[in-house]
Amino acid sequence: MASENKTAETYVEKPKTLADLRAGITAGSIKATDLANSYYERIEKVNPQLNVYLSLTRERALAQAARVDDAARSGDPLAPLAGIPVGIKDVLVMKGAPATAGSKILENYHPPYDATAVAKLEAAGAVLLGKLNCDEFAMGSSNENSAYGSVRNPVDPERVPGGSSGGSAAAVAANMAVATLGTDTGGSIRQPASFCGVVGVLPTYGRVSRYGLIAFASSLDRVGPLTAYVRDAATLLGVIAGHDPKDATSFSASVPDFAAESDKPAEGLRIGVPAEYFAEGLDPEVRTAIEKGIAALESAGCKVKPITLPNTRYAVPTYYLVATAEASANLARFDGVRYGYRSPASDTLSAMYSHSRDEGFGAEVKRRILLGTYALSAGYYDAYYLKAQQVRRLLAEEYLSAFAEVDAIVTPTSPMPAFKLGEKSGDPLAMYLADIYTVTASLAGICGVNVPCGTTQAGLPVGMQVLAAHMNEATAFRVARAVEAAGL
Amino acid sequence: MTTKVTVEEVERVAELAHLELSPEEVGPMLRDLNAVLDYMAELNELDTTGVAPLAQVSELGGAVGASEPRADQVQTSLDRAVVMREAPETDQVFFKVPKVIER
Repeated sequence: MASENKTAETYVEKPKTLADLRAGITAGSIKATDLANSYYERIEKVNPQLNVYLSLTRERALAQAARVDDAARSGDPLAPLAGIPVGIKDVLVMKGAPATAGSKILENYHPPYDATAVAKLEAAGAVLLGKLNCDEFAMGSSNENSAYGSVRNPVDPERVPGGSSGGSAAAVAANMAVATLGTDTGGSIRQPASFCGVVGVLPTYGRVSRYGLIAFASSLDRVGPLTAYVRDAATLLGVIAGHDPKDATSFSASVPDFAAESDKPAEGLRIGVPAEYFAEGLDPEVRTAIEKGIAALESAGCKVKPITLPNTRYAVPTYYLVATAEASANLARFDGVRYGYRSPASDTLSAMYSHSRDEGFGAEVKRRILLGTYALSAGYYDAYYLKAQQVRRLLAEEYLSAFAEVDAIVTPTSPMPAFKLGEKSGDPLAMYLADIYTVTASLAGICGVNVPCGTTQAGLPVGMQVLAAHMNEATAFRVARAVEAAGL
Repeated sequence: MTTKVTVEEVERVAELAHLELSPEEVGPMLRDLNAVLDYMAELNELDTTGVAPLAQVSELGGAVGASEPRADQVQTSLDRAVVMREAPETDQVFFKVPKVIER
């Protein structure tokens, strides 16, 4: 086994499946309260090393667990996620619990309402354990931009867990939650899932309500689940998906039974492999692992065919223009007036704004606000922002054409496995380039799944990105199940 | 689009964004912005004449999933008291801020 080569202590531990936990809770052999307490014990044991949770919502979790135990005892039908311990990324709000978004500017903020995805999980019986560390305002690919310190990768604590949903991925990998919610704007669910060896879902834009998500780039932001198993991710997506009157961009379409859909075999599906995602810059060990995954799909009866997506090289600059422009507008709300940090010593309103923001935001957030403000400013708007929006359409149309010929597209999720803490943090452009395989799907609004697909010689997880057309998560889940079943 | 950003421009943009950069922050920020903007200039290679900008995925039409706005009806909102609790300074009715104009 490759993992024997590793010297670092590993914190990897696999949770039970939802089906097993549910059977236990229904039969009375597992008490939701005991399960929640055992997760808090695990968190207390490994959180000091991994820095995954920023705050715990123990009271709320144990009250919910007690309700589940009461229902199980009286033989009431159990909700789909009854008693399942779940962690929430700290950019999603939970009533009364801290919501820092990884930023100092929200250090003492206690939002007075629940995000829709959070409320839906709880209504489905989930036990919400606490809030998970992430890059500040979800801006980052390594979790090193959190104002509360980086999460460490459970596979190798000297390495980053990926970002921005680093805490969400690490929590599942280290069994500090059965499942978590993350958010993905340019790869922030898929890439950390890949680095930590777990499943992460990018739902179609509009599938899951963004209400209660602290906004980064509204036309790109998505909420999705991370789990240890593909079927469990499908179950969670089924719970959090659906129309929400509080998010005008959420679909009015009905939600398929994703878990049942994921049970269908992948046989006969047409799989596209885009040459541009296997070009220069791809780590050879990642390539080898993904090629084995593709071979497994062929063995499962999929029809694999090469495709080309020639505009892929323009995706990163396009993404960083669109995302920073939207961020510069969204983050204007942090002004020290209604909530969050206010700099104490300011004589005038204008000085209060700029002091509060200067003291409250970290370097990467400032960099992105400045970049976005620049791209939107008079004289540069056409050359940068408008140009990026035009290229965004070309990139989206390129995917739409591809999906006329294939049912799913498979690629590496990241060009490299988890890198070391500090390895890229001094070079913003190098960090942005690490998002090369994930940002196009973000710009196009299509859906995808990261599924674990083997490891490198050193035992670092490799993730395969399975992309499918808008509204077609079911297909992505079927393909991901086939990769998972190959046991690479 | 390949014009280099100057110190004055960084300071001007920071002012627009209500950010106050310290003198030590300006240099590294200038270097990073120029590196990123140089890279973004690669978009100029692509001819986008006549391509309609795409601001929202819904503008792709058809297959991407339709949404509809909620009915235009008055609904209860958050209670003022719970909202005001989160503000740095209030009189329970209004948010209080430092003076806006020097007299």
